[in-house]
Amino acid sequence: MAVDDEVLDRAFTALGDPVRRALIARLSRGEATVNELAEPFDITKQAVSRHIQVLETAGLITRSRDGQRRPCHLVPAALEALTGWIDTYRLATERSYRRLDAVLEAMEEK
Amino acid sequence: MTGTTITSQPGTPFVEVTREFDATPAQVFRAYTDPELVTQWLGPHGIEMEIFEYDARDGGRYRYVHRDERGEYRFRGVFHTVTANERLIQTFEWEGAPGQVSLDSATFEDLGDGRTRLHTHSVFPSVEARDSAIAGGMSAGITESYERLDVILAKEA
Repeated sequence: MAVDDEVLDRAFTALGDPVRRALIARLSRGEATVNELAEPFDITKQAVSRHIQVLETAGLITRSRDGQRRPCHLVPAALEALTGWIDTYRLATERSYRRLDAVLEAMEEK
Repeated sequence: MTGTTITSQPGTPFVEVTREFDATPAQVFRAYTDPELVTQWLGPHGIEMEIFEYDARDGGRYRYVHRDERGEYRFRGVFHTVTANERLIQTFEWEGAPGQVSLDSATFEDLGDGRTRLHTHSVFPSVEARDSAIAGGMSAGITESYERLDVILAKEA
């Protein structure tokens, strides 16, 4: 999949914020409105709206209209481009840490 | 359950990793500094590790080799700061790319209840060096399927 560097840059910048990553995590389980997205956070709905706008501009999410609701959705292709870049590196690191988990577990039994 | 988070912004020479462990900071620190334990986990899957030197104290050196069916990869560096159960700062160099030395720090955050959050921060000499180090990790021969989203997301939601 060919990815424009500029698009990738914007997407990574958008994901450089923990609230925005949490929003993406929530949307990975299904669409949600701004109100629904704002619920778990201790920040104003306006602040959540701004985060959503950043994610929308970065092409990571879209919004549709469903009567009064304007739910947000993930754009799977955009995320796929991002994940492909770093996936295998993370997985290799995670595997090493799983061995470390085992080492730590053995240590406790001593 | 928490997975590994990697932050690696394009155009920067940094890589940051966060991971939680079911162990105290003292235990994680030991697994990081006792060479007998280090050989059991550090490095890519399916690789054999031999440590020649691992002197984890301020100014101490380390040197080791990773071996797989394709060959040998030697690494070396110096421990700059070793603060028991809290923090390690060390240099890191693959002998196959001499001079490309990165500076790695690992901090062991006590979460209480016998849990620790590891934070690592690596500074490479250039963006290119950082990208090629990541590319090296990517070529480690990984074939399994996995959840794609989870990668960026930091946590398994």
